Amino acid sequence: MAFNVDTIRKDFPVLNQQVHGYPLVYLDNAATTQKPQCVIDALTHYYEYDNANIHRGVHTLSERATAKYEAARQKIGAYIHASSEKEIIFVRGATEAINLVAQTYGRKNISAGDEILVSMMEHHSNIVPWQMLCEQTGATLKVIPMNEHGELIQDKFVELLNKNTALLAIGHLSNALGTVNPVKEMIEKAHALGVPVLVDGAQATAHMTVDVVDLDVDFYVMSAHKMFGPTGVGALYAKAELLAEMPPWHGGGDMIRTVSFSGSTYSQAPYKFEAGTPNIAGAIAWGAAIDYLNDIGLNYIAAHEHDLLAYATNKARQVAGLKVIGQAKDKASILSFVMSDIHPHDLGTILDRCGVAVRAGHHCAMPVMQYFDIAATTRASFAFYNTTEEIDRLFAALAYAQEMFS
Amino acid sequence: MFFDLKDLYQQVIVDHNKHPRNFREIESCSHDADGYNPLCGDQLHVYLKVNEHHLVQDISFKGTGCAISIASASLMTETMTGKTVDEAKVLFESFQQMVTSDITEEQDFSHLGKLAALAGVREFPSRIKCAILCWHTVQAALSGDQDAARTE
Ligand SMILES: Cc1ncc(COP(=O)(O)O)c(C=O)c1O
Repeated sequence: MAFNVDTIRKDFPVLNQQVHGYPLVYLDNAATTQKPQCVIDALTHYYEYDNANIHRGVHTLSERATAKYEAARQKIGAYIHASSEKEIIFVRGATEAINLVAQTYGRKNISAGDEILVSMMEHHSNIVPWQMLCEQTGATLKVIPMNEHGELIQDKFVELLNKNTALLAIGHLSNALGTVNPVKEMIEKAHALGVPVLVDGAQATAHMTVDVVDLDVDFYVMSAHKMFGPTGVGALYAKAELLAEMPPWHGGGDMIRTVSFSGSTYSQAPYKFEAGTPNIAGAIAWGAAIDYLNDIGLNYIAAHEHDLLAYATNKARQVAGLKVIGQAKDKASILSFVMSDIHPHDLGTILDRCGVAVRAGHHCAMPVMQYFDIAATTRASFAFYNTTEEIDRLFAALAYAQEMFS
Repeated sequence: MFFDLKDLYQQVIVDHNKHPRNFREIESCSHDADGYNPLCGDQLHVYLKVNEHHLVQDISFKGTGCAISIASASLMTETMTGKTVDEAKVLFESFQQMVTSDITEEQDFSHLGKLAALAGVREFPSRIKCAILCWHTVQAALSGDQDAARTE
């Protein structure tokens, strides 16, 4: 299928609306992406025809729902090239996946004196669960610094790795800066010292091909809503041998083999980690989102977004008083910036009234803001349905804001 | 249609943001407090000098934030100077009422003087917190609340 952005936009009903009298320009895709009609249809179809609880009925609807839910697991596994769908645990999102690893793998394997290594550009969801684990275990958190371009300093990373390092937890694509981290090389270096690695793929999966086997990553986390699927569902990928050794986290129905008052036995992965009724409709619709992405082709998506980012970055250079925050060599889909004399929050309001939706704030990455000594940035984040005309609208609105504040 | 944006960013607001009044510390202050808006990172510190007759002799602030929070703080310090603590409380209530009032109703805010310039935030629900942060911070300072004033 050839890539045609005009055709693609028709798949997203939400894009076809006016905001404050202007056609909506949605540039907040790093916060959450819009949903194509096929995803919306998958949700309604499920509730209209298939709704039943899974794994616990012999009736037709339950069997249908179970089959579709498990098919979604397979699609997600295949999307990130996992060896088996049994390595895919459904959770609420990337945040829950990281907490799951911290509270099961972490509680079992990490103890006082150990070090957990994260980076300065992590989303709070890849910082706070580790701080909580450190409080629980007496381990300490170490931080890989970055340079002024927003790139991790690899020499410092190597220096920080040592025999006490118990885990490396690092983002694939930074939501605040757009930096793509060299995770494959970093995993190799960590593994050389026997250090397991968790990669936060919340942002990456919508923009690039991910191959967990090629990366040899131990844990990979993702959120459906950041990749055109519904909110409230996500996945943890973990190598089968790690899952086998990890204790369960939440207890309840579906995760057990037998329950008696003298003790219970647990199912195997992935079910061991999926207590209670999951977001069945969400998982199935996420599967539809993945089919949709595969139909378009991630290579076309990446190429189009690369053009958009280059176009926007070039325009940004020509705006007096605008400073791009995050100028890594390897970047994807995110333009974060500050403007002299206009606070991002004011800019966010003004852009909104021009029909342009961006994010203004710290992007759940306060350490990044502290490093650059700013309170917040304005962030335009692109998806494959965005166009250069929309970027022109963004810059026209910025010019208007400058005029208003002059 | 930029009409309602101009309601928010009136000339007074833009001016007070660029040149905030009473933007300084008061070394011998009788009350002070921190205010923080976690949503956008606005951070204010207000200082008051209240005399034995409960009169606000001097009031000032320092900090960083968006145009609305800075202009609001600046206008607040101008308005509150010379008022009694009780008058300041009444002012706070009227101000709060103004910024949260129904936009569809025609209202008269002339009793609020210069502060009426902030009436435009009514049309921008996500920005009401910015306008009101400084007032919460003053409340915290006057009540001796050590915890930073919060807008959430
Ligand atoms: C890099 C990154 N990690 C983790 C998350 C958390 O994702 P969720 O809120 O879907 O759990 C986000 C979302 O903002 C993110 O951008």
